[in-house]
Amino acid sequence: MAEPRAVLHLRTYLQIAWLWIRAAWQYPTSFVLLAVGNGLITGLDFVGLWIMFAHLDDLAGFTLHEVALLYGSASLALAIADTAIGSVERIGTYIRTGRLDQMMTKPVPLLVQVCADQFTLRRLGRLTQAAIVFGWACTYVDWTPTRVLVAVSMLLSGGLVFFGLFVGFSCVQFWTTDATEFANAFTYGGATVTQYPLNIFPREVIVGLTFVIPVAFVNWYPCLYLLGRTDPAGMPEAFQFASPVAGVLTMAAALLVWRSGVRHYTSTGS
Amino acid sequence: MSATGPLIDVRDLERTFAVRRRVDGRRRRVRDSVLAVHDLTFAVAAGEMVGYIGPNGAGKSTTIKMLTGILVPTGGQVRVAGLDPNRDRVELARRIGVVFGQRSTLWWDLPLRDSFELLQKMYRISRARYRDNLDRFVDLLDLGDQLDTPVRQLSLGQRMRGDITAALLHDPEVLYLDEPTIGLDVVSKGRLREFLRALNDERGTTLVLTTHDLQDIEALCDRVIVIDHGTSVYDGPLAGLHAQGGSSRTLVVDLVDEAPPVVVPGATVRRVEGPRQWLSFPADASAAPIVAAVAASYDVADLSIQEPDIEDVIRELYSRGPEPLDRR
Repeated sequence: MAEPRAVLHLRTYLQIAWLWIRAAWQYPTSFVLLAVGNGLITGLDFVGLWIMFAHLDDLAGFTLHEVALLYGSASLALAIADTAIGSVERIGTYIRTGRLDQMMTKPVPLLVQVCADQFTLRRLGRLTQAAIVFGWACTYVDWTPTRVLVAVSMLLSGGLVFFGLFVGFSCVQFWTTDATEFANAFTYGGATVTQYPLNIFPREVIVGLTFVIPVAFVNWYPCLYLLGRTDPAGMPEAFQFASPVAGVLTMAAALLVWRSGVRHYTSTGS
Repeated sequence: MSATGPLIDVRDLERTFAVRRRVDGRRRRVRDSVLAVHDLTFAVAAGEMVGYIGPNGAGKSTTIKMLTGILVPTGGQVRVAGLDPNRDRVELARRIGVVFGQRSTLWWDLPLRDSFELLQKMYRISRARYRDNLDRFVDLLDLGDQLDTPVRQLSLGQRMRGDITAALLHDPEVLYLDEPTIGLDVVSKGRLREFLRALNDERGTTLVLTTHDLQDIEALCDRVIVIDHGTSVYDGPLAGLHAQGGSSRTLVVDLVDEAPPVVVPGATVRRVEGPRQWLSFPADASAAPIVAAVAASYDVADLSIQEPDIEDVIRELYSRGPEPLDRR
């Protein structure tokens, strides 16, 4: 086959996703309302930060613009991952309903099918809101070519880290089918944490967010570089450029867990 | 893969499931394992039509899932089309078709055609072959008017035909059908069976059918495999199943007047209710001499014959234990 497999899988992914978009368009009003609602709800997050800054001059030494950069980049990475992986967190439901069985009889890798399944642009709401906050915060950054590079790699790597976390933790459901909440504690929990400057947390937490659930690489380390700040927690400076490594490692770990999950899959009774 | 080897080759297949069981009076749960399938051996040649039957929980679905690569066996061997279903699941998927009776693979809100076109891309079916197959199946299954109707508006029978078309567009060598006629009316059932028989005749597609409907088996399968408690208890022709199961048919006789139980050779009266009597006779015996004998000696208002219930036949088999009776 002339085409590399990754390209082929991506194309299949888009073909499946496209069908889901068209299916959602059968109910345009509901589609639009959900997208707007999604944007408003996530927007409230940032309004919360704004209100907090109305009473404070800075948060652990970070100004509103700087926190907005942290918030915007993490949200954007989360929105990218969330849009791309769609419904992997509902894999427990797929197992219960037998939908996973059907997917396993199709000649397309399971992960591609699961991620593309029920693809929805509803999450465009979150994406738009995050992009606006990030764009606004960017106007306060003193840009250099390296910083542009770091910013771009930050968003892509951040997407990979979240993608990996979502996939990896969803796999718990291969063993116990009702673990969505457990998985959410790490994925959405990790995402919430990254909306704040990490130096508000004890050092142990920062170490955990660096080496265990590597969400610190989603925005914290690269943003320190973008803002030209020294790390208040005193972590190595190299970490500020290590986001792609964290992204690839998280993704690789997630794929391993996924494969072992599929092998342990026990299907439903009938 | 050798050209002469069986298409499906199952040897000493075993699958256990770990379960947690609550022991009476204790709060702790104990880990335990359940043998869903064990010591299962059979082979299916290309072009065969096999009925795979057994009561709920006997291990039918578990077997099908191991054949399609969904479940990893815990013991034994499976080969389908020369492939290891688990290791080569994605590759095997191109060569098999699977229809789960109660779960549709079609896009609920979109016309049938859209689902078919996505499958064409997923299976990378050439444009020409796709058109050929679609035209043919649509014609045979009478789906022409439904192609552009959203799936949610189709009847159960139409949707089932849609699902079967979806499973066949890529010319699979084997088609696994799980309860394909469940919930369909008599006309739809008949049409579906006709189609499956034609598919097997013309393309040599191997069929493996799990069903509770004896008529599906009678119309389609030259061979049945009965599974109970996870292992095969019978493998052979349907007629043999009746003989092995010691099953009987029932002749229902409506006499003109009430009478004492009729006496005819080869049949025994099971029940009398006013002028109606139920006579049972071996399933493999001809009904003709019994009918003639009854009609010769009594005033008969009406007669009808009830076929043995597959469930009864199989229940009879189970009570003999899981010893293979007739293995090929």
